[in-house]
Amino acid sequence: MKLFGVLFGRTKTKSSQVAKERLKLVLVHDRIKVSPELLDTLKGELIGAISKHIDIDQAGLEVTITRGDKVDKLVANIPIRRSR
Amino acid sequence: MANVITITSGKGGVGKTTATANLGTALAQRGCKVAVVDADIGLRNLDVVMGLENRIVYDLVDVVEGQCRLRQALIKDKRLPELYLLPAAQTRDKNAVDPKDMIKLCDQLREDFDFVLIDSPAGIEQGYKNAVAPADQVIVITTPEVSAVRDADRIIGLLESAEKRSPRLVINRLKPSMVKRGDMMDTADVLEILAIELLGIVPEDDSIVASTNRGEPVALNGKTRAGMAFQNIARRLLGDEVPFPEFNNASGLLGRLWGFVRSRPIDFKARN
Ligand SMILES: Nc1ncnc2c1ncn2[C@@H]1O[C@H](COP(=O)(O)OP(=O)(O)OP(=O)(O)O)[C@@H](O)[C@H]1O
Ligand SMILES: [Mg+2]
Repeated sequence: MKLFGVLFGRTKTKSSQVAKERLKLVLVHDRIKVSPELLDTLKGELIGAISKHIDIDQAGLEVTITRGDKVDKLVANIPIRRSR
Repeated sequence: MANVITITSGKGGVGKTTATANLGTALAQRGCKVAVVDADIGLRNLDVVMGLENRIVYDLVDVVEGQCRLRQALIKDKRLPELYLLPAAQTRDKNAVDPKDMIKLCDQLREDFDFVLIDSPAGIEQGYKNAVAPADQVIVITTPEVSAVRDADRIIGLLESAEKRSPRLVINRLKPSMVKRGDMMDTADVLEILAIELLGIVPEDDSIVASTNRGEPVALNGKTRAGMAFQNIARRLLGDEVPFPEFNNASGLLGRLWGFVRSRPIDFKARN
């Protein structure tokens, strides 16, 4: 499909996909009172704190909020570089 | 002892009353003794959807205020001997009743029925709180549209913090042709976002409007697609494992979607 789009001019993203993406974004704010800016700040500080001690893949670091049954979680996924 | 099930949605007009009437009908057809309760005080509708509007003498508020006995306010369905309606008051407002009243009322109903289905008003205010307070189970109904799904998410969050048993989801007014074109979110999309157990999918069906015109729930006609969908939901409420024929083509996903989804991840990542 994608290739098709590339070959035959621009294809518009399906509106159902747009709906889903927009919902995901808006729900982050509805669900938890943590702004994207705050997440960015946290991410920066995490990189600073951890990379003092461990060689991490800064570009691969992800900070996500997950909503569980009882509690919401702040999840940091921090890839570590292998030394060899 | 009855199972008290509240049907709610957040957003208005997505099909709560239609679902309540049809699930009540389908359960009663299966031999259950069912009371459907209209908790939408001031905007009563369940009576007309079921074609019982001419038989109302007393209503829910009369019962709560002690103006009549519960038995006097219950209206027997025309067609199904095991189905009863407790109508809402039309000339009062939602504050005429509080959650304690609803719990007391439903405790009385529990003794005589197998199922008590409560049609909740839209919103998250007093009327919603009244409707949800006595519930053992909650059904959240949504359409596959951004605003309805967003409101459903809000309701799910509120139910979780109220420590209700995890609600189950009914997706209403799904249009397979639009899904195919990519112009409507499909079941998998909605489940991915809301991450709760799926109870049923009801397609958009003109026969709902036609049957509501007559005051005959569409579930009476098992040949209509919507009627069949409501029959399937009723069976699931009775504990049958009914597959979801409505979206068999997504069979690979089925295993993942069906069952209890414990965590509700959001695909939001901090920007670099
Ligand atoms: N699957 C469907 N196909 C076609 N029409 C439908 C379907 N479900 C509901 N409708 C129509 O949508 C309208 C709203 O339905 P309904 O009154 O059940 O919603 P509601 O959630 O109870 O609304 P409210 O929030 O005002 O109480 C009605 O006209 C109904 O006939
Ligand atoms: Mg209604």
